[in-house]
Amino acid sequence: MSKKIVATTSLAGCFGCHMSLLDIDERILDLIELVEFNKSPIDDIKTFTKQCDIGIIEGGCCNSENVHVLKDFRKNCKILISVGECAIMGGLPAMRNNNASITECLEEAYLNCVSVQANEEKIIPNDEELPMILDKVYPCHEIVKIDYFLPGCAPRADLIWNALVALVTGNEMDLPYEVIKFD
Amino acid sequence: MNKIKIRINDIVCRGEKGQTVLEIAKDNGIYIPTLCNYEGIKPQGSCRICTCMIGGRMMTACTTPALDGMDIVTNSDELEKFRATIVELLFAEGNHFCPTCERSGNCELQALGYRYKMMVPQFPYSFAAKDIDADNPKIMIDHNRCILCKRCIRRKKEKDNPNWFVFKKRGAKVQINIDHELTADFTDKLAQQAMDTCPVGAIIRKEKGFDVPIGERKYDKNPIGSDIEGLKE
Ligand code: SF4
Ligand code: SF4
Repeated sequence: MSKKIVATTSLAGCFGCHMSLLDIDERILDLIELVEFNKSPIDDIKTFTKQCDIGIIEGGCCNSENVHVLKDFRKNCKILISVGECAIMGGLPAMRNNNASITECLEEAYLNCVSVQANEEKIIPNDEELPMILDKVYPCHEIVKIDYFLPGCAPRADLIWNALVALVTGNEMDLPYEVIKFD
Repeated sequence: MNKIKIRINDIVCRGEKGQTVLEIAKDNGIYIPTLCNYEGIKPQGSCRICTCMIGGRMMTACTTPALDGMDIVTNSDELEKFRATIVELLFAEGNHFCPTCERSGNCELQALGYRYKMMVPQFPYSFAAKDIDADNPKIMIDHNRCILCKRCIRRKKEKDNPNWFVFKKRGAKVQINIDHELTADFTDKLAQQAMDTCPVGAIIRKEKGFDVPIGERKYDKNPIGSDIEGLKE
């Protein structure tokens, strides 16, 4: 059996889901027998070099770059998995969705917050090199089609492991009660 | 003769006249999920989670008095799907950021999400504009998490307490409201009681929280209802 090819990315996330993937401990050696990594922060491959079987998405979409990367993943991966609360529902970054406008968020971060110490010219970064911040944080499945969802903050290592093994081997996924958690 | 017999999922269950279907099921080790129901206060049947097939019709188990000879189904695929849909609707309607919630691990709504293996709600998240009322010295109301079950209001009413909580506005705008004057001298005990009455993290005690470690909270290892089903390890 040829190895399945896996790509991963972190959009508006904290890298906790990637940490949880590494939390499978010594099973990482078994994983390397089963899959080959392509574009991913784990091996630092920055662009897709071939079509992938599985794309693992951490984080939701809070700016134009996130949307671009996510669409790129959809194009290059047969199966996309939203991993973690941020990918699934926006997570902590989405706490700005329901009450604060983008102006309020930027002003709080760069002008008004108690920890702002030196910004006398009152600059809010607006360089054209910077990705545009979106009006709200979007769950990944509101931007592209997502095939599977693995909840948790971060998802338990066993949940990620069980899902990957099931996908790679084609067997049914083992879903014990303890592995499905929203926190 | 006050004893009655009803059939639940083809099992003969014994109970007493005046008991609801929910109560007899519980006494006989059959779990029917509930959310707006709270032991000791009059059931209102508003969340519909406990809907069962009673005599071939969909009815709420918490408000239906059991009658001798009744035939009830609590766990068909159709009913379980219906319940899972209600849970998904509640998650999509409110703003439930579980990782930041003091109630996480002890929350009845979340526990039902676990029980139904909800990976993502099938409905789009509303991200509705809702705020937090933190003016009271002891407790805080987070409208983002309130499922409008009215348990807080009903409990106070039935125990002859003042109306600490009331509904304000109507329809889709309805909101739980705390009377700041009446609750100004809330004790820690009353604050804890209010928090315990709420099934979710909408009523939260101030300056207290996250005191049970992850892994040891109520629903970390045991699904909601497992105490009733006797499956608890
Ligand atoms: S109230 Fe329950 S479902 Fe809502 S955020 Fe808190 S733990 Fe999650
Ligand atoms: S505050 Fe809690 S108990 Fe009161 S209606 Fe909202 S969810 Fe129910």
